[in-house]
Amino acid sequence: MSLQIKPILVALRRHKAGTLLIALQIALTLAIVCNALFIIHQRLANLSQRSGVDEADVFVITNQWAVDKSTQQIDAQVQADMAALRQLPSVRDAAPASGYPLAGVGSDNFVTLTPDQVKPTTDSAVYVGDEHLLDTLGLRLIAGRNFRSDEVLMTSTQQAVFPPVVIVSKTLADRLFPGGSALGKSFYAMSATPTTIIGIVDSLHRQGTSQWNKPYAGQSLIWPGRPDDSRGIYYIVRARPGQLASAMRAAPKALFAQDRMRIIDPKDGLLDYAQIRHRAYDSDRGMAILMGIISAVLLAITAAGIVGLTSFWVGQRRKQIGVRRALGATRNNILHYFLTENLLIGLAGVIVGAVLAIGINLWMVTRFEMDRMSLLYVGVGILALLLLGQGAVFAPALRASRVSPVEATRSV
Amino acid sequence: MFAYYLELALRSLKRSPGLTALMVLAIGFGVAASMTSWSVFRAVSGDPIPWKSAQLFVPQIDMWGPNGRNADGSPPNAMDYTDAVALMRDHRAKLQSAMYQISPSVVPADAGKHPLNVSGHAVYGEFFPMLDVPFEFGSGWSTSDDTNRAQVAVIGSKLNQKLFGGANSVGRSVNIEGRDYRVVGVLDHWNPQPRFYDVVNSGGFATDADDVFLPFQTAIQANISNDGNTNCNAVPKESGFVGLQHSACAWIAFMAELDDAAAVQAYRNYLDGYARDQQQAGRFAWAPNNRLLDVPAWLNNQHVVPSDTKVSLLVALGLLLVCLVNTVGLLLAKFLRRSSEIGVRRALGAPRAAIYTQFLTEAGIVGAAGGVLGLVLTGAGVASVGWVLPKDIAALARLDVSLLALTLLVAVVATMLAGLYPTYRASRVQPAWQLKSN
Repeated sequence: MSLQIKPILVALRRHKAGTLLIALQIALTLAIVCNALFIIHQRLANLSQRSGVDEADVFVITNQWAVDKSTQQIDAQVQADMAALRQLPSVRDAAPASGYPLAGVGSDNFVTLTPDQVKPTTDSAVYVGDEHLLDTLGLRLIAGRNFRSDEVLMTSTQQAVFPPVVIVSKTLADRLFPGGSALGKSFYAMSATPTTIIGIVDSLHRQGTSQWNKPYAGQSLIWPGRPDDSRGIYYIVRARPGQLASAMRAAPKALFAQDRMRIIDPKDGLLDYAQIRHRAYDSDRGMAILMGIISAVLLAITAAGIVGLTSFWVGQRRKQIGVRRALGATRNNILHYFLTENLLIGLAGVIVGAVLAIGINLWMVTRFEMDRMSLLYVGVGILALLLLGQGAVFAPALRASRVSPVEATRSV
Repeated sequence: MFAYYLELALRSLKRSPGLTALMVLAIGFGVAASMTSWSVFRAVSGDPIPWKSAQLFVPQIDMWGPNGRNADGSPPNAMDYTDAVALMRDHRAKLQSAMYQISPSVVPADAGKHPLNVSGHAVYGEFFPMLDVPFEFGSGWSTSDDTNRAQVAVIGSKLNQKLFGGANSVGRSVNIEGRDYRVVGVLDHWNPQPRFYDVVNSGGFATDADDVFLPFQTAIQANISNDGNTNCNAVPKESGFVGLQHSACAWIAFMAELDDAAAVQAYRNYLDGYARDQQQAGRFAWAPNNRLLDVPAWLNNQHVVPSDTKVSLLVALGLLLVCLVNTVGLLLAKFLRRSSEIGVRRALGAPRAAIYTQFLTEAGIVGAAGGVLGLVLTGAGVASVGWVLPKDIAALARLDVSLLALTLLVAVVATMLAGLYPTYRASRVQPAWQLKSN
């Protein structure tokens, strides 16, 4: 094998243009495919993020009031609605809330450890809900306790209330108080008074899914309250196992029976978690599919290009091959010759391609707020393209190896 | 002569169908991917009001100071109530409007119908002439309606269809949040994309058109609260919508029409003067740090074109580039395989120019065939772009004559460019050598 490298290099010098073109194509393909793979992997990681919610059984009703009501009227209505929902046979539990995980939009507050701190320690998504919220979402309490009903107060529209107690996600607890000592500690969330951690839940995703939320992923807090906002409220409902569909039919009916002057939008007023997840990650999934398609087309075209050019070379060198065969070269020698030749071109291509791939990634980091790509992607890409090249060249090389020694004597 | 080259080219392409098909496929896919992502990019990066965008400006006022500025030192992208109302009161631009997003309920007169939720904006009367908003019936409201807090409304064509069956509803009454408003105008299908008048709340794109517009001060008085983003540097001291109005939270969009450079400069001076007055009054503890961007600059500043769209376009162009490199290689193989044919033609007296014409014609045909395949694939791509892009953006991608023409043009021109080097090599074939070796 190694003996063949020198004659191959000499031969390649006679096909400079073709050699350069294949190497260039491999380099460009590697650069694009590495970055595409990286984007795909990132987006798929977003798709599989845990929400902390019992997604199979939970759905969300976006309830708006058709007439202007006072906070007291809204509070009475919310309590009546909750009673109606909780007694449905297909419903396990229900809770009013100011937002829900993966909603896309929602409120969040900066968090500080002291009241006069200028630069915030971090940021937390803010949920306001009653003592049923934990059970309704299916959150797992890993330390402390749930809210007591006497801690849950009426909260009016855009009211700045800062309850003295809070339940936080484990991620937020660890961020604020590393070492698992968060329970019983206090912090400030854009408030003058401290709020004390009485419970920690295993995981609870933020409402937001945008890039801005990324550094604060999984950092959420729940304050006790009935968010009696005049603009509307979310009712989160957890169906009994396997009864999601019937609960989703029964719940709006029960609410309209309570009071007709409400609006549950026919398009997005009633969503189960499959739909919520779909909406939240629509663009991520789309981007992953698009990058997948483009990568596949790229690899196919590069492979086809290698097949095409190598076939041409084989056709051009039939006589030369015939002479080698006549001088005692085995079929295997010929096959190896072409495989080695492709490997050499491929190696040159992937070296340039790897540099290009990293360069493009670094440029995208500054331009499109992307993360740095791990070198693993480049490694996988290099391997894939070298294998692709060997695969593509195999058929023409096999054809070359079948050239009979008699060809040497022909067409002179 | 061209007809002869055409025939030669077709014959040559038929001789190696596999290679030809491969080139056509590569060009087709490359062009289609680029054109599909271009159609999306074109739609989202377009100017929503090209005849006037350079006269429409978005002022930003620094009411939060150094701690509330963006990374580039610019002030918040919306206004608080105090500043928005002060700018409206001073009225220094030709036309201007403060606005905030609302999402009120509308109760149909027909008792059998469910109440519905509509989205819209609370604006000043000058909003409509400033943005050249088209009306199907009636018009906007007057300045006196603004000051008198008149109970009037402009509704969208969709809401007019729902409530009044699409008839001329000017003068009729619509119940919004429990109060009656007199319809003064019905819009003629107006939903500019990007929604340049309130980029902050729409993120640029909104599938559903705004269906109701109310006078700003009327909506404030009726306690119709803000449905858009609210950003606060500190928690409001009072609760409720009134508390929001008294706070320094940013939730109001603003737009002003300034017709020439002198007007723009005068408005800049006015904003700085306003900020200095606030500084003297003790409300701001920092020097004026205002911004005044026209619509194109503002759309750019707010990153209206999603970075996913840009990345897709770049990747698709990369694919096209690889396809072209691939075509260069294949054409090279194809042309040089015919060295003996070229040798014969040259020996019989054909000049290099003739060889160029012949082979570029062949490349052009491959390009045209790739273009036709590209047309079909672009059509399929634009139709299915909804699968991979967010609905509100995908809905904007259109297949029109200019896109189709561009697809063909890009395919043919790109392929002929790709054919240049192989043709050059073909024209350099030495006639004597080729003749000898046969």
